[in-house]
Amino acid sequence: MIEESFLPLITWMVSLLAVPAILLLRRNPNARETSTFVAAFAKLGLVAAMVPMVLDGRVLRFSFGEILPGIPLEFRVDGLGILFALVASSLWILTTLYAVGYMRGLKEHDQTRFFACFAVSISATIGVAFAGNLFTLYLFYEMLSLSTYPLVTHHGDKEARSGGRTYLSHLLGTSVAFVLPAMIYCWVRSGGDMSFTDGGFLAGKIGAGDGLIVLLAFTLGFAKSGLMPFHSWLPNAMVAPTPVSALLHAVAVVKVGVFCVIRVFTGVFGTDFLGELDVATTVSWIAAFTVITSSLIALSQDNLKRRLAFSTIGQLGYIILGVSLLSPLGVTGSILHIAMHAFGKITLFFCAGAIYVAMHKKYVSELVGIGRKMPITMTAFAIGSLSVIGLPVTGGLVSKWYLVMGTAESGQIALLVVFLISSILNACYFLPIVYRAFLCRPEESLYDGDRQEAPLACLVPLCITAALSVFSFFNPNLFLKLAGLITGVQY
Amino acid sequence: MEFLATGFFEEYIVPKFNYWIYVILMMIGLFAMITKNNLIKKLIGMAIFQTAIILFYVSIGVKAESGIPILGHEQHYAIVEEGQPSSEVIKKDKFANPLPHVLMLTAIVVGVSTLGLALAISQRIYRSFDTLEEDEILDQLRPGGHD
Amino acid sequence: MTEHYTVLILLMPLFGALVTTLLGRERQNACWLTALICMATSSLFAIGNIGRILASGSGELRYRMGGWQESRGYEVGIELRVDMLAALVVAMVVLVGFVNMIFSKTRVAGEMKDKVSFFYTLKQLLIVGLCGIVMTNDAFNLYVLIEITSLTSYALIAMGNRRAALSSFNYVIMGTIGASFYLLGVGYLYIKTGTLNIDDISLRMQHQYGEPSLMIAFALIMLGIWIKMAFFPLHGWLPNAYSYAPSMVGSFMAPLMTKVMVYVMLRVMLWLFEGEYVYSGRLVWGELIVWMAIIAIVAGSFLALACTDIKKMLTYLIVAEVGYMVGGAWLADGAGITGSMYHILSDAAMTFCLFLAASIVILRTGDHRLTAFTGLFRRMPLTMTGFTIGALSMVGLPPTCGFFSKWYLISGGIDVGHWSYVAALLFSSLVNAVIFFRIIERAYLGKLEEVGNESLPLDADGGPPMTLDRVPYSMLLSLLIASGSVLLVGIYNETLVGWLKAAIPSL
Repeated sequence: MIEESFLPLITWMVSLLAVPAILLLRRNPNARETSTFVAAFAKLGLVAAMVPMVLDGRVLRFSFGEILPGIPLEFRVDGLGILFALVASSLWILTTLYAVGYMRGLKEHDQTRFFACFAVSISATIGVAFAGNLFTLYLFYEMLSLSTYPLVTHHGDKEARSGGRTYLSHLLGTSVAFVLPAMIYCWVRSGGDMSFTDGGFLAGKIGAGDGLIVLLAFTLGFAKSGLMPFHSWLPNAMVAPTPVSALLHAVAVVKVGVFCVIRVFTGVFGTDFLGELDVATTVSWIAAFTVITSSLIALSQDNLKRRLAFSTIGQLGYIILGVSLLSPLGVTGSILHIAMHAFGKITLFFCAGAIYVAMHKKYVSELVGIGRKMPITMTAFAIGSLSVIGLPVTGGLVSKWYLVMGTAESGQIALLVVFLISSILNACYFLPIVYRAFLCRPEESLYDGDRQEAPLACLVPLCITAALSVFSFFNPNLFLKLAGLITGVQY
Repeated sequence: MEFLATGFFEEYIVPKFNYWIYVILMMIGLFAMITKNNLIKKLIGMAIFQTAIILFYVSIGVKAESGIPILGHEQHYAIVEEGQPSSEVIKKDKFANPLPHVLMLTAIVVGVSTLGLALAISQRIYRSFDTLEEDEILDQLRPGGHD
Repeated sequence: MTEHYTVLILLMPLFGALVTTLLGRERQNACWLTALICMATSSLFAIGNIGRILASGSGELRYRMGGWQESRGYEVGIELRVDMLAALVVAMVVLVGFVNMIFSKTRVAGEMKDKVSFFYTLKQLLIVGLCGIVMTNDAFNLYVLIEITSLTSYALIAMGNRRAALSSFNYVIMGTIGASFYLLGVGYLYIKTGTLNIDDISLRMQHQYGEPSLMIAFALIMLGIWIKMAFFPLHGWLPNAYSYAPSMVGSFMAPLMTKVMVYVMLRVMLWLFEGEYVYSGRLVWGELIVWMAIIAIVAGSFLALACTDIKKMLTYLIVAEVGYMVGGAWLADGAGITGSMYHILSDAAMTFCLFLAASIVILRTGDHRLTAFTGLFRRMPLTMTGFTIGALSMVGLPPTCGFFSKWYLISGGIDVGHWSYVAALLFSSLVNAVIFFRIIERAYLGKLEEVGNESLPLDADGGPPMTLDRVPYSMLLSLLIASGSVLLVGIYNETLVGWLKAAIPSL
């Protein structure tokens, strides 16, 4: 049942309200950071409050009013949306705590601008999560691109500039060139309604030829999902400070991309209709290609963050691959992977940043023996790696399991092989890091024995996220239930 | 080559000679505006162009065997209802159509103002560039960039 | 009193023009105040008029100048006809004039030296001309008002430096050609129908649709209007004229003049000649015009990309935007026409915003080139924010008005199946993104010292040496209003489009 409620509005606005507070309190860093935390906790609380309502089967709706003929700017909170919002808001708190430690540890400049843009980005992310129709989705998608630009180019040097240029040109270019006409085409064909509906609002209204073009336009146009060939913004965005990379790769930008693609598959077209049209296999192959190629490139990267970036591209490919299988288990797996990958990857990025703050090291080759120096960090790194590879005892295994079952269910054994190969490749580029960090001989180690961890504000978040990765292995039910609301499968 | 026979001339040229004249004048004016180098010559072309159109309008108000549309003192007139006979009725066929004349009075005024304004601008240009030839002016501007 | 609102919109600036001329040299401050008050009252009347139209049942207001009613079936007077489209465009004209008046408060004395009163006179006469063009229902009166507008604009542009005078001269030549073609076309219509009132002409034309002279008339009128609106390739006068004009002049002529001419084109197409004539197969070149519009969009975007001067770049973007509107109007689709009409309003808002921001930057740094923007986000954050909003609108990101006008135009293109037009619009968005992103990135990430922006060079815009330590509040206020309008016109697009749709006669 759909019911009207102010909760989505308030949840979305909480972080926007923090922005003037942050700007006004620029002289007092502690007060400024406090306002961010207050907003973050408030947001998490509101999202958590909405979770039981959504599990009950209620859909919370808030409409700002009609903006285009027949299209309101509205929020509609359902299972998928609240799952994403839950992941985003919980990780925002941790990222903020981490950012405080990181920025202060490195004595970074322009922290006010940083935190203000952070807050706006989270608002945009929640806006995407709660979007009730394609137009609202697009609006907040663009808002996110713009508000993360200052974050990516934070350092202001030449690399930041060119990284920012790649970032915006890829994201804005694809969304304007592909998503905009596809969206208007849907509006024209569907007779003016663009709300995400359970069977897809385009069902039965367009043919296979048009359907393929529109589907590809959406999938490639939402370039935040990192599908090749529009993926290069991701590794280039690594010029940003690590909290931004953590935000980009676990919480906000990339998950927004795959979220939009999942919405297109389930809410715009509908998985049944797509099955009739038989157009989703093209997307599967693009995603499969992305998965394998990015894993191979990751093997060759020495810069730790870039390796993690290519790993992310591969993991996002998993999610798209899962949803393009069109089977309930596959879709469940991809929705779960949003959460599991978020927890795993953010741990890895937190660790990378902690290593930089403590030791000023960026390259994998320099990490030999660092396990004795920073044991907590590297343990967390190990857990994160296991999650991304998909090994027990981490949450990554659960989502991988569903994805693999999805390939079996839909009969695409070739894709099953893709999953297995990429898991092996993931192991190849993660496990050696862990191995060499901990298990090298004393004379090979580049570090002396005393422990020197990153500041506490950096350590605590990465421990929590590592713990979450493990916890979600034992307790995936919440996510399963929320995913079930979309796929229609009861768990 | 039959069209060169007398029929063509009588059918197409003579009755529509006003069109031919205005077209020729217009083309002369246009030619001057586009090809001439001297700014004043361009303005003269512009004046010819506008005059051609004015002539055209006035020419369409002409009726066969009609006089100028001005009522003399001795002519009385009254507004009569449709169909009612009256000795004081003005026969409209005796007078050329006054409306184009009125319109063209306005157009002439517009043309004069444009010409006056353009001449003032030319004076300004002359004072700044010391020449009224367009190619010399462009030469002065080219290497300088912005000024 | 309220029934005279329509003509009062025209009369207030006219009155103001007279007063400012009389005030003359002695009281230059009073000139500004008079002009401001007249524009303000005119704006109020324009807004009031919108209210009156909404309240009236027929959706239009008619006003007869001098009360001359028609006599025995013949139109003898000049009639003003205001429907929702006209009312919105008039309101746009007058409001832009008003905000520009605020903008020009501090700088006119410096730029115009002793001609301040003439500037205000000419400006108000220009507004009178524009309002008249929008509201008149008489074809010849339209010519006269087009010429009034053009003459005042020639004079205003020539008030700048010597390059401006030369550009104005070229504008005189081309503008006169355009207006004369229009006059010629009206002459043909007069021969055919015997009347000059637009409604009357269209009525009497209806049984004569096959006549070649009507087609010639239409072609001549269109040609004349296209020259005046700078439709590629007849745009040659625009870049020079608008970029060398003084900033006080360029900032309100650029948003208004070409858009009002687009309005005239729509008026001629839909009301004078009626959609039936224009879109039927009679005019075989209807399809061709959409292709010309596509070329205009692409050419305008490329030419803008090649520019290093900020104002020239913006004028080439105007050429591209005119292409949007012409293409939308000729698509023969309801959504395309609505998009074209809405784009008149939205393009005026965003061009105004961009020109204001660019003028402020030029006045502050004294540099016309794109490099003037280096590092300006730190020095002039408010100005750059205004510029960014205008830029986002040009690129077409929601919720700015540029996005919504692209929405309607693209949906019109999709409806008809004219994919090249859709592709041209998207191409233009991407080129605009590149153009504006270059500037914004330079302003955001550049270092102030690279171009000496910490000191302020002199001799901006050909006026006497002037340094602005800070941007005057009047300029910032006007920029704020302009950028706010970009957002408001966008957010309220549905209301506006609804009103506009009601004004279109059924296709």
